[in-house]
Amino acid sequence: MNILKRFLYASALPVVLVAIWWATSSTSTNFFVPKPAPLVSTFVETWVGERIFSDVLPSIGRLLAGVAMAILLGVLCGLLIGSVRWLRELTEPILEFFRAIPPPVLVPVLILLLGVNDSMKVTVIVSGCIWPVLLNTIEGVRAIDSVLADSARTYGITGPARVRHLVLPSALPQIMAGIRQCLSLGLILMVISEMFASSSGLGFTIVQFQRSFAVPEMWSGIVLLGLIGVVMSFIFQWAERRVLRWYHGLREVENAA
Amino acid sequence: MKARKQVLGLAGIAGFLLLSELSSRSGLVDSRFMPPASDIVGALMGNLVHHKFWIAAGQTMQAWAIGLAISLVLGVLLGFVIGSSTVLRRLTNSTVEFLRPIPSVALIPLAVLLFGVKIESSLMLIIYASFWQIFIQVLYGVADVDNIAMQTARSYGLNSLARIRHLVFPTTLPYLMTGLRLATAVALILAVTAGLVIGSPGLGREIALAQSGGAVPEMYALAVATGLIGVGINIAMRKVERRVLSWHSSVRSEAIA
Repeated sequence: MNILKRFLYASALPVVLVAIWWATSSTSTNFFVPKPAPLVSTFVETWVGERIFSDVLPSIGRLLAGVAMAILLGVLCGLLIGSVRWLRELTEPILEFFRAIPPPVLVPVLILLLGVNDSMKVTVIVSGCIWPVLLNTIEGVRAIDSVLADSARTYGITGPARVRHLVLPSALPQIMAGIRQCLSLGLILMVISEMFASSSGLGFTIVQFQRSFAVPEMWSGIVLLGLIGVVMSFIFQWAERRVLRWYHGLREVENAA
Repeated sequence: MKARKQVLGLAGIAGFLLLSELSSRSGLVDSRFMPPASDIVGALMGNLVHHKFWIAAGQTMQAWAIGLAISLVLGVLLGFVIGSSTVLRRLTNSTVEFLRPIPSVALIPLAVLLFGVKIESSLMLIIYASFWQIFIQVLYGVADVDNIAMQTARSYGLNSLARIRHLVFPTTLPYLMTGLRLATAVALILAVTAGLVIGSPGLGREIALAQSGGAVPEMYALAVATGLIGVGINIAMRKVERRVLSWHSSVRSEAIA
């Protein structure tokens, strides 16, 4: 009963929306308005087949590579900068400035420095996505519970063991918040780096459709980007629940008390 | 204490400028593509006395402000309406979770087809991106209203308008401010991106023009200018937040510490 109710709640609005879309678009002759059934068939025609290997998978590969590097670099530098006070004070204004630069601005800059190739696109993603991870890690490291830090010191836990058992777990909720922003930013940058100057990839293909007025194909590309975003967000939520299970449990207990 | 922090911060900026100046002058990086810092600062200063620069900056900021205002109104209204009803919240949850992760840049081709290179296409991207930031936070905030406080308000006979004014709104305000801070940053990113990729008027387009025209220091100067605008927005938002939430415990505890 409960599951049925939840299913109804989750599916009612999407069904109504699709029905409205179906009803209004079936009589419409507007060139720009997509129709549900043709959109699905165009989607399959356009993206299932050769394009997956020539455009979609390389794009996703670059995205994952960029995001993974940004997370790794961000967490490592964040741990270092967060634990050393003079380093933090020295770098803070610079980091504030770099974070505030809208990341797409880096695309033309990096095209000059690296040319138009895969490493440019991955660098765009890394240099744009690293800031939320880096700054959140710094904040997380700074906000370590002082009682815990003192206890660790009393027990003589230092060096790698301290990072592994004290610093990383304390900073993890903040780091995950940063990674969440990093993922959505990464997807945006992947598309922009391909739209701006490229001859392959998802972003390029969609702009190509738009320029040649292949409207249904363009819509199917938009849908594909949306699906990638949704899938990434679901995977992230699943991973976050696993990684931070202890944290959410702790919060629940604290709130109940 | 504060002086030490400022001195170190300034030293960090000076060190960074010196490093980039030296690495360019010494030929470590190609100075055609990565001009020395003094050239970039020079170009930036040159921009400040130019009419063109201020017009472009004004256009970017205009799109930013209008887009932000519209998404603020929409986000707050819808957030309050949907957030205060459990049924509505459950009904819309799946749709919201599906629409939110769609990257705003996926709408670029659509914006080009619908509006061309006018300010409307920037607005469409800005509103789509920043609306979700505000809407989701308001939704969380409205759901966070303390049950006992709500029952107290009811038993004192506060009508629904008074309850919103004296209970729901103050509870939501910290969440709303967080959403607004995120939205201001995202809106700037999209305002610049629209110029860069679509070519709608503003700093983004100037950067793309400078890059394709080979005016390298100029391009860097414009990128730095967008960063400075971003820093300015961040500082202003922090001021606003501190002022609006001066009664809230998160700000009060900050003042003591």
